[in-house]
Amino acid sequence: MGNHSDGSPNHSGTVATAGQNEVEKFQDPGIPPHRLRLADTDPRAAKRAERQVALLFGISVVGTLIFLVAYFAIDLGDDSSIATIRLQNTLLGIGTAFAMLGIGTGIVHWAKALMPDHEVSEERHAIRYEEDRQAAVRIVDDIVEETGIKRRPLIRNTLLGAVALAPLPAIAIFGDLGPRPDDKLAHTMWAPQDGKRKRLTRDPDGTPIKASDVTIGSAFHVIPEGLNELSEGKLNEKAKSVVLLMRLDPASLNPSKGREEWGYNGIVAYSKICTHVGCPVALYEQQTHHLLCPCHQSTFDLTQECKVIFGPASRPLPQLPIAVDDEGYLVATSDFHEPVGPSYWERDSHERSINS
Amino acid sequence: MSAASTAEPAFVAKTKTGRITDFVDSRVGGSGILREFGRKVFPDHWSFMFGEVALYSFVILLLSGTFLTFFFDPSMAETHYSGSYVPLKGVEMSVAYSSSLNISFDVRGGLFMRQVHHWAALLFVASVAVHMLRVFFTGAFRRPREMNWVVGCVLLILAMAAGFTGYSLPDDLLSGNGLRIIDGVIKSIPVIGTFISFFLFGGEFPGSAIISRLYMLHILLVPALILLMIVMHLFMVVVHKHTQYPGPGRNDNNVVGYPLGPVYAAKAGGFFFIVFGVIALMAAFFTINPIWNYGPYDPSPVSAGTQPDWYIGFVDGALRLMPGTLGNWHVEQIFFGHVFTFNVLLPALVPAGILFTVMFTYPWIERWVTKDDREHHVLDRPRNAPTRTAIGMAGFVWYCVMWAAAGSDLIATHFGVSLNDVTYWLRALFFVGPIIAFIVTKRVALALQRKDREIALHGRETGRIVRLPHGEFIEVHAPLDEYKRYKLVGFESPQVQPAVPNEHGVVTSKEKRRAFLSRWFFEDRVAPATPAELEAAHGHGHDAVEAAEGTKSLTH
Repeated sequence: MGNHSDGSPNHSGTVATAGQNEVEKFQDPGIPPHRLRLADTDPRAAKRAERQVALLFGISVVGTLIFLVAYFAIDLGDDSSIATIRLQNTLLGIGTAFAMLGIGTGIVHWAKALMPDHEVSEERHAIRYEEDRQAAVRIVDDIVEETGIKRRPLIRNTLLGAVALAPLPAIAIFGDLGPRPDDKLAHTMWAPQDGKRKRLTRDPDGTPIKASDVTIGSAFHVIPEGLNELSEGKLNEKAKSVVLLMRLDPASLNPSKGREEWGYNGIVAYSKICTHVGCPVALYEQQTHHLLCPCHQSTFDLTQECKVIFGPASRPLPQLPIAVDDEGYLVATSDFHEPVGPSYWERDSHERSINS
Repeated sequence: MSAASTAEPAFVAKTKTGRITDFVDSRVGGSGILREFGRKVFPDHWSFMFGEVALYSFVILLLSGTFLTFFFDPSMAETHYSGSYVPLKGVEMSVAYSSSLNISFDVRGGLFMRQVHHWAALLFVASVAVHMLRVFFTGAFRRPREMNWVVGCVLLILAMAAGFTGYSLPDDLLSGNGLRIIDGVIKSIPVIGTFISFFLFGGEFPGSAIISRLYMLHILLVPALILLMIVMHLFMVVVHKHTQYPGPGRNDNNVVGYPLGPVYAAKAGGFFFIVFGVIALMAAFFTINPIWNYGPYDPSPVSAGTQPDWYIGFVDGALRLMPGTLGNWHVEQIFFGHVFTFNVLLPALVPAGILFTVMFTYPWIERWVTKDDREHHVLDRPRNAPTRTAIGMAGFVWYCVMWAAAGSDLIATHFGVSLNDVTYWLRALFFVGPIIAFIVTKRVALALQRKDREIALHGRETGRIVRLPHGEFIEVHAPLDEYKRYKLVGFESPQVQPAVPNEHGVVTSKEKRRAFLSRWFFEDRVAPATPAELEAAHGHGHDAVEAAEGTKSLTH
């Protein structure tokens, strides 16, 4: 720093001798004088520190023993209770902690109390020397020159092209990590199979729900009929098809045009998968008719066809059209009329093809 | 390895350890290394321990993780639980979840190892983060350590990746919902999002491949990369030698501290056992991730008050803060028949993107603004770099607002306030918080600098009130010794670097921007006290000192 303006109005007057640096800056007084510790001067203190270190190492031995006793003496057996496991875990932890802390604090105490504590100063060496640096630059230049890469652009450009393309197989080879998405996300199990409409059944046991079971104010967690019998891909199907079933006063529902017949007697079914990032919208506030997603607090208003009234979701929950079959059980009249769950790039075209 | 010896034929080591050292050395070499490092000087300061904590927690992670792999089975095949935890007996679940339960309940010490592993992971990311804050606020990232700062940033990302891949492995309900959120975020990526999701999960979510894929990443790829980065990190620490805090006797040309052998090695080595012991205590007394309470993953249920591990919290919080609709306008938009899920895409990518971009590039930004290209081995006390400290605090507060948002529901239930209000406040703080933090921090730093000046010039307050003969009361100040004073005055106070024309005599607009930023950085400054001022102060210089404290310096 060549320049020493510091805003001080009176730095010119008082001290104006010696070198200019001394005027403007305090001199470094050097490393403070070393102060002896008690253990350096008093042999009894040193002896005491020695005994303390030995005691800490002794505590470590005790800790190791605690661990071994806890490991071998506590039998988990076949029907161990949570309390037994917790006891063993605590004792194993205490044992390890003593074993480790004994060694650690012992060594640190030893170092601090008994090993020399003189601060020493060491010169820093330059990371590189000027001679090396120039030689290195020269070597690199020579290497580049000898390859002739600058004089032969044809070689350079074809090499760049080849190197740029060469990693493509390394990317392509991951192509079998998964199947193509196609329109898998657009369909769920709710679509009627061979003309037979799927019943709404309870999650998780799969018993069908009668319309008369659904009283005003109640809510059901619903899965499609046949889900539990799937031999594979059960969770995949469940991840798309879970539904919340609720019954409100029919007067408080305000179905839009074309959706008047999607409910039955105030009973409505909505996808349980949040349109934000896919958490289950599991909380139903009976009084306000709001559905709340516990992950990111998106709030949907049941009386406005699950429109988003708060939080990060942007689309309403998809509604599942339902009716009642001959035996009085609730059934889905069709699949959802839009893909359920979080948005994705092709979602809009999927929705249009479902409804066309 | 106490006696360093060189292998000359005539030389015979006197002690037994010396002879062993000599034996090894004459067969594998290494006397040069020992000579170089055996007494290498390391500066000592409590804040240098965070990096050590990170290193040691990583070692503990490797040890406990290896144990867990002997019992864990990353298969998503369906099974019925038959272990000894009664409430889940007969429940259908994945083999991965079942084997995690077996580790907890049927392998002696398995629960302890799981707890150690999880606590060590949380501590690992935390200590990396705190270590980086220390490096940032003390300016340790400056030349020649910029590359090591970048390696550190990569390590932070890898630590988070290691944490998240491990968190999902038990295939429990909580982590499964976390994966589903990740899936939702991935699906929001334009053009390729759906494909990435299907490739990651081997089909639709949740599929039957994700756990074994994460397992491979978690136990092989990510730790290998972390190990590689740690080796590079430590290698560069050795090349650069450690930084040191400013103080008497310390400058950019020396290292003041303790020799590696024995004091520093003993302290650092002992510290490993202390870190291990503390993690063991946490594992003994504080339950972490009780997967048996959550149950196996099922796409239908979710528990209220769900929380990710703390280091993922800021992304989750950002997701919560973003409104999905503004009035009747939907943030999610459809252009040309394709969906742009801005309500997910923006909060998931933008804040983290800004944080990491600024973090990675900050050494070069500051170097460009300050035109300071010298080597720095002496750290800045944070107060002596007020603008940098304020920038750091602004970023930190921004991060913390997002992080707090990840617990918005818990804040609401714990304090009995409206969840919506908490979100509105945090949305406001998301924008205002960093600005307030910047202004407050800068003022506090400048105030602390003034206090340092005051103490350097007038000494420390003794609390002793003396009444002078004419009735005036004064407080006696005790002068500082020269070592303590040097600590308060021995710092650099950079100044505004005005725009200068380039070789064509033109002041480019880039240079003007640089000059503007330079003024923003250094306009407000408190110069270190000078000997002249001290002299004046001794002559009874209250007025003079006040005058010298002008914070706006003249630029010329």
